[in-house]
Amino acid sequence: MPVPESARKRFLETEGLPIIAVLLALVIVFMIAAPDVFLGYRIYMSFLATVPPLLVLAAALTLLIAAGEIDLSFPSVIALSGWVLAYFTHVLGSPWFGLLLALVAGGLVGWMNGILVARIGVPSIIATLATQFLWGGLTTVFSQGLSYSLGEVDQYLLWQLLVGRIGPFPVQALWSLAVAGVLWLVLNRHRFGEHLLFIGDNARVAEVVGVNVEREKIRAFMLMGVLAAFASVLLTFENRSFFNTQGGGYLLEVMAAVFIGGTSVFGGRASLVGTVAGSFIIGMVEAGLVATGLQGFWVRAVVGVVFLAAVIGHIVIEEPERRSAFVRALRARYDFVRKSSPGGGSRERRGAR
Amino acid sequence: MSEAAPMESAAQSFRHVVRLEKVEMTFGKVQALSNVDFAVGRNEIVGLLGDNGAGKSTLIKIVSGVLRPTAGNVWVRDRPQDPDQYSVRKAHDLRIETVHQGQTLGEKQPLWRNLFVGRQITGRFGFIDVKKEKEIADQLLRRAIGFRGHGITADSTVLDLSGGERQGIAIARAMYFEADLIVLDEPTTALAVSEVRKVLAFVEGVKAGGRACIYIEHNLAHVHEVADRLVILDRGRVVGQFAKGEISLADLTARMIALHEGRTHAGA
Repeated sequence: MPVPESARKRFLETEGLPIIAVLLALVIVFMIAAPDVFLGYRIYMSFLATVPPLLVLAAALTLLIAAGEIDLSFPSVIALSGWVLAYFTHVLGSPWFGLLLALVAGGLVGWMNGILVARIGVPSIIATLATQFLWGGLTTVFSQGLSYSLGEVDQYLLWQLLVGRIGPFPVQALWSLAVAGVLWLVLNRHRFGEHLLFIGDNARVAEVVGVNVEREKIRAFMLMGVLAAFASVLLTFENRSFFNTQGGGYLLEVMAAVFIGGTSVFGGRASLVGTVAGSFIIGMVEAGLVATGLQGFWVRAVVGVVFLAAVIGHIVIEEPERRSAFVRALRARYDFVRKSSPGGGSRERRGAR
Repeated sequence: MSEAAPMESAAQSFRHVVRLEKVEMTFGKVQALSNVDFAVGRNEIVGLLGDNGAGKSTLIKIVSGVLRPTAGNVWVRDRPQDPDQYSVRKAHDLRIETVHQGQTLGEKQPLWRNLFVGRQITGRFGFIDVKKEKEIADQLLRRAIGFRGHGITADSTVLDLSGGERQGIAIARAMYFEADLIVLDEPTTALAVSEVRKVLAFVEGVKAGGRACIYIEHNLAHVHEVADRLVILDRGRVVGQFAKGEISLADLTARMIALHEGRTHAGA
């Protein structure tokens, strides 16, 4: 059956299409390499239990990067809010207070980041690097360097609501996808998201068209803080324990998930669909590789390869001009190799055209 | 826009649509404007002239709410504005539209977003009515200045446009919101000759429609043609004012060249 041109075009313009293709390809490769594991459902349930904190963080960071800013302090929010949750749940005897205070703590860290960046004018990479040390360090002080075990925490209704299971299905997957969905609406359909895109595109333009750049940036940092705290709650509950180093591994993984998903490092352009796919790719590679029998040592190398492939894929699909430049360059090189006879210099130049 | 409605009923009662009183503007040690008094009548086209760096753009950025003056007062429709409250948004509410010089569009964003950013058509909870914004954007594109009409739609990004088309979008945006005062800062820079005529016709249309305009333009013949009054700035001061017909184009040109040369010598 012939497919109408417009439908085909619309399909190709689907948000995050290249990265969804990479994710599917990865699943298929794993299915072939480790059919015992990847043709069953258990492994997927395991992903749906472990990926949500990463996904929530990456989705929130996507908005901040869309606005041309970055947050390096969220690993410390994961530690701080995890401690606040564990400590106050214990002291006040209710996890609801623990949750509330954990979110407030995250919001305050974000607010402070926002003030530093938008009002005082410290570049966000520096400001949040500093607050990352500050809050990570204070968490160690607060917790006296100890880890807490929250053995009984699964007795609470809140635990069931946030990270319980429906049959084998982990509830936190729904929460994280809901967060991503709402953030998609905010970024693409809400005034606030539009303001972030314009700020990331060109802050001076945003200013002259009437966007309150300072206020919107502070809001974006606060949103990042609150959602980092929420990710921390999911993580702490799922692990049933708090470690004061629990945010440590997330920094680079979250950034990788965002950029694999096709969000522009220059701001002004972002894809939450891409971020969701990117988060699952990052979350899957480790378990997938181990299941295929490769040693765990390979994980980071493979992530690197997938990362590069995805980033080049985005350029090829989304930027026709650079794609043709790339093809021209390849062809020139190829012609040069094939015709590398005496006097090839002028030919090389002709080929390059 | 909610605050514009009560203003409208009083539309006939004001004398100046905008007035600056003893405005000073300093950036660090640079004095961009000193003791500037400047007013635009209700139905007046004011041509603002001056060399590069004379303070023209600074002045109109104060009028349009982008910059807050270091000292002095801003009056809109004869009412004093609280300097802490006066902003781009406030100026929009008071029906002042500005086409700034240079880049005024988000390059990676689609045209429909560029037309409405800052005052989106929103439903409940601040969500944008995308369908409506796109509809209006498509209508505007059809009659915008500077378009060759080759498959540019509301969904095209600014990167797809030529310089003239970008300028056309910025002007279309200002036209759509039907301001009492339209500020144009070198609107014809990237335009072809035939399109410059359209901009001049647009300025004349502003006048015919009973509205006001501040027009900044390097081409003296164009300003001389359309302006009711010319104001000359030099090094942040108002150094001359002429009503229409008070000065010939030749004299005006001579004067501007003299200013330019005086400046070059002073600088050397």
